[in-house]
Amino acid sequence: MNLGSIIESGFKEIWANWFRSLLTMFGIILGVASLVTMSAFVKGKENLLRDSLAESGGLERIIVDDNDDLPDYQKHLEDEANGMTLKDVYALQKNAPLVYNVTPVIEKRSYRGSLRISRKSKRARYATVKGTWPSLMEIEEHELEHGRPFSDMDDLLANTVCIIGSQIRNELFGEYDNQGEEIIPVGEKIMINYIPFTIIGMFKEYMSEEDRKKKEEALATGQTAKKRDIGAAFRSGDRNSGRAMVVYLRKNSTIMVPLNTFVSKLDSSYDRGSNMDRSLSTVAMKIYDVSTLEKSLQQVRNVLMQTHNGLEDFEFETQEGFAGDIALSIQNERISGMFIAGICLLVGGIGIINIMLSSISERVREIGIRKSIGATNMDVFFQILTESIVIAIAGGIAGLIISPMLVNTLANFADDTTPPVMTAFAMTIAFGFSVITGSLAGLFPAIKAAKLDPIQALRYD
Amino acid sequence: MPLLELRNIHKTYHLGGETIRALDGVSLDIDSGEFISIIGPSGSGKSTLMHILGCLDTPTSGTINLDGMMIHDASARQLASIRNKKIGFVFQFFNLLPKLTVRQNVELPMIYSGLSSKERRERAMNSLRSVNMEDRSKHRPSQLSGGQQQRAAIARALVNDPRIIFADEPTGNLDSNTGELILGMFDQLHQEGRTVMLVTHDPEIASVTPRRIEIRDGKIANEIDPKLGGEAPKFKEIKAKQSQLARDMTA
Repeated sequence: MNLGSIIESGFKEIWANWFRSLLTMFGIILGVASLVTMSAFVKGKENLLRDSLAESGGLERIIVDDNDDLPDYQKHLEDEANGMTLKDVYALQKNAPLVYNVTPVIEKRSYRGSLRISRKSKRARYATVKGTWPSLMEIEEHELEHGRPFSDMDDLLANTVCIIGSQIRNELFGEYDNQGEEIIPVGEKIMINYIPFTIIGMFKEYMSEEDRKKKEEALATGQTAKKRDIGAAFRSGDRNSGRAMVVYLRKNSTIMVPLNTFVSKLDSSYDRGSNMDRSLSTVAMKIYDVSTLEKSLQQVRNVLMQTHNGLEDFEFETQEGFAGDIALSIQNERISGMFIAGICLLVGGIGIINIMLSSISERVREIGIRKSIGATNMDVFFQILTESIVIAIAGGIAGLIISPMLVNTLANFADDTTPPVMTAFAMTIAFGFSVITGSLAGLFPAIKAAKLDPIQALRYD
Repeated sequence: MPLLELRNIHKTYHLGGETIRALDGVSLDIDSGEFISIIGPSGSGKSTLMHILGCLDTPTSGTINLDGMMIHDASARQLASIRNKKIGFVFQFFNLLPKLTVRQNVELPMIYSGLSSKERRERAMNSLRSVNMEDRSKHRPSQLSGGQQQRAAIARALVNDPRIIFADEPTGNLDSNTGELILGMFDQLHQEGRTVMLVTHDPEIASVTPRRIEIRDGKIANEIDPKLGGEAPKFKEIKAKQSQLARDMTA
């Protein structure tokens, strides 16, 4: 018996009992659809987290922070602790070859008071002003969309110039003017702590791929995109997603000014002595290769222990923890999703076994007839197996067809979660699993049918 | 050399610790072109004999030579192939597949012998024509009368041009007129040179065949063979009457 006629008779049999076959398929349909849907949501979240990790400088970014809390054996030297200074920056540039772009940062945040960003009557709520060098733009993966970066000359002359993030623009100028054109405030002035600063550049708007798509769609239809609710993400217990969204918000609310400008115009601790002793908020830098992270940290530590006279008043902030959290949470969700989808497919498979068994017990006589006119055991085996595989394949295809609808529906219901991303890989895996399930489920009934004794089968009523 | 050669066939079943000798040393030769009936009451072992001859079952001991092949120790796969190519079955309950049309039913044996769909269709229609059923080829078995169903079953049995045709109580489910018509068709096949074996419990039906073998308790109890001792006149009369009837019906 050739393959064509086996498959043909399989289809005939399924068509003859289409309602029963459809019910049988439901298990497989749900299994495939839930597997695809689950993976789409996990993938969407994974994309957001990974993007946000990269946006905040990637694993190569190291930040050295002040640490007022000295080790116990150095507690009595607390007064000697100066924190990070420009001296450290120059020392690291000279003596730590495993790191580059060593950059001083002094920052103030508006929501901790002592900083007021305003223009006319408008005030920016969340803003971080960073006095720094231009190299910070590379470390923090900033991209200028309009205007220019500030130069060494701006720093030297302490020019009152600044580069703003799109969120600052949105709050002080609005995003679009009356004609619907994007507002580009380069050349305008804003007030930072009542001191006028000229905007010389603006960063591009940072957002996740999905948010960008949504925004473009919304623009095309003339509506404003719905803002994502960070609070909701945190409240729903999804700490990582919330954290990822904060990365974008914080980045968009940045104002960068030259370090010297910050020190002379905005820093209240100006009278602290020489420039070299001026206290920095952090020192940011990059490493060449993630695999040398440990060595690089050790090298930086060695240099800083020298410049700090052995006082360990600094600490490292790396992104490894964030990356680890991401990997762990993705893995957990993947495992639990796989487990659920696997159970769905298992139940679907049991459904097929059940139906095929009842189907062959209805068809004992048919099997006897087929055998009496020359069907071999293998012919009967493949006939039954083909039927269950055809059911599984049809169910798999139907599952793939309904999964985009399921994904969209669920995405609409759960508004504050990350948008799902369907992948061809997940769909292939799901389909493959449905075919494997169908084949395995068909094996037992097919063996049972093939083993039927033709004489007994012919007598069967 | 005979078409079928049975030597000392035994078949025993074990049912609940009890040993049943269904066949107890049957030896038999059947030549090509013979028209034979096997008679016996139910439980005599005639069905078992037919199953073994029809390659649906294998004997416990003894040898069978069918058309030069020793089939008593053939594998299941070989037996399936022999059933497919050398043997045609006609059953009491027709045994057509209800979901298929008449033509598809007739095509079924050829599917298992791997013929192309074009050739299958052609040969199925030829076979249906030979039993005057070509105009019913698209009907389902449930739309046919018993006689028509049995004719479709005969067409199916003939389609692979088998060496021998086994008919197990072929008239048992038909009224007597239709039954005689069907018997007439077997006679016709015999006239055309085919080997046909009827299995029945009814001596009257058996009387249409020249050679009759009576099975009782798993043994050949009585045999009427024209080659050995001529025919009982009673059987001759009935046969003449039935052939006449069959001719009337087909005409």
